[in-house]
Amino acid sequence: MTQFVPLDAAIREHVADGACVALEGFTHLIPFAAGNEIIRQGRRELHLVRMTPDLIYDQMIGAGTARKLSFSWGGNPGVGSAHRIRDAVEQGWPRPLELDEHTHAGMAAAYRAGAARLPFGMLRGYIGTDLPRHNPCIRSVRCPYTGEEIATVPALNPDVTILHAQRADSRGNVAITGIVGAAREAGLAAAKLLVTVEEIVPEFPPAMNNVVLPHFTVTAVSHCPGGAWPSYAQGLYARDNDFYLKWDAIARDRDQFTAWIDRHVRGTRDHREFLASLQSGAT
Amino acid sequence: MSGYTRDEMMTVAASRLLQDGQVCFVGIGLPSAACNLARLTHAPGLVLIYESGTIGTRPQVLPLSIGDGELAETAVCVVPLPEIFSDYLQAGRIDIGFLGAAQIDRHGNLNSTVIGSYDRPRTRLPGAGGATEIAAHAGEVFIVMKATPRSFVPKLDFQTSGGHFAGRAQSGAKGRGPCVVVTDVGILRPRAPDGELMLAATYPGIAVGDARAAIGWPLAVVAKPESVAPPTAAELETLRALQLRTEAAHREPVRLPT
Repeated sequence: MTQFVPLDAAIREHVADGACVALEGFTHLIPFAAGNEIIRQGRRELHLVRMTPDLIYDQMIGAGTARKLSFSWGGNPGVGSAHRIRDAVEQGWPRPLELDEHTHAGMAAAYRAGAARLPFGMLRGYIGTDLPRHNPCIRSVRCPYTGEEIATVPALNPDVTILHAQRADSRGNVAITGIVGAAREAGLAAAKLLVTVEEIVPEFPPAMNNVVLPHFTVTAVSHCPGGAWPSYAQGLYARDNDFYLKWDAIARDRDQFTAWIDRHVRGTRDHREFLASLQSGAT
Repeated sequence: MSGYTRDEMMTVAASRLLQDGQVCFVGIGLPSAACNLARLTHAPGLVLIYESGTIGTRPQVLPLSIGDGELAETAVCVVPLPEIFSDYLQAGRIDIGFLGAAQIDRHGNLNSTVIGSYDRPRTRLPGAGGATEIAAHAGEVFIVMKATPRSFVPKLDFQTSGGHFAGRAQSGAKGRGPCVVVTDVGILRPRAPDGELMLAATYPGIAVGDARAAIGWPLAVVAKPESVAPPTAAELETLRALQLRTEAAHREPVRLPT
């Protein structure tokens, strides 16, 4: 049975210190509210997994929640650097960050393998790149039929994957409209799947192929309107491009970043207060 | 029409290289501008694919991120991201892949990972994203980069994506690799057999010497470089209108959900 619980309770029960946690959502439906709640509850030593660690992991890594990052592209999309991730890698602040670096195609294969409970994913990939020299997890197998050498990556099976979606129904079926990224694969690869949603409706219309994750794959649903801000929820609110630009200045400086996190994340009780605190004052 | 910027020349030059009906794997920034300019001028049937999973998208304004809602709303279909990389790119369904990077070498190998050493980088860059497999499997790779001696370097700090590297033919890479490098000082193309990039075409008002000065290795020049025609009035008008629409759209305030 899918649990329906407030976000703070879901994080408290399902995200432990030291856990391997994937927060997915490719530009669209990024679970920012859940990331903030993990910071608020002071989680430590997490192994964070995400294809595109952008602002959400800039915040979580800058706030000291993580020891390791599995990823394939880290930056502020369309703007530039993820300054907190850079600081962690270049200077070890607030603590050193171990990298498990891949390409998008490699991460996608690893999630797909994880979802299928296979031990590894394979692809014609990592060709002409130095990445395998620095990541011993990138290996290869010989095809038993053709003899071709094919690249492999270990399956990704996070302890918990967290997604944001437009809606769930009263049984816990989850529907996503628009760009899905690797949300389905990351969700099915995990031992537990938490989903924050914009709204919970009694019943979906006959769904055909609209239901992305059926209820028996969903551990918990938390109602969290605006939970993807500053990313977007197709059909409900647009991406706050202006905040992505502002973040560049906030994250550039350690003290300014920490003050922002203290005031807006650690200094608020939940996502509703967080959004209100941004509206009431300068960011 | 005489007044235009180097960026505009570069964008127009890249857009002219695209042919109607081709399937393009597009990145954010200048490639996105060039592809949409081509779609709005000489190549209305150009199929644009962004790595977020949007196929056949026809945005009215340029996206700020690779997964903007505009790309999904105007797409023929939106598919999961793993499908884009395995069933489209790896399967050989992409004609042209666009790439840029922080560094390029004379064989079109690219670095978007680190400046300095990998373990103790001076500058940590975003990383590969889709680039490594685009460089390997797109039918042809078009590279678009502004030329400076800091970015066009004799030796990369890290090789993120392979160009015409030794052993490419036996590597499993399905594509032909970089076929053209569009810069703001001219157009480079690889020569047979080793794939070294040579200056193949120049822009109005930019001499071969200017191009050489912007490249960090001794740049070879083909026997008779082509002259690229300046942007036409129609090209500039379409490009500038696209950029004005984009700026206006991105100025609209977002209503914070409550």
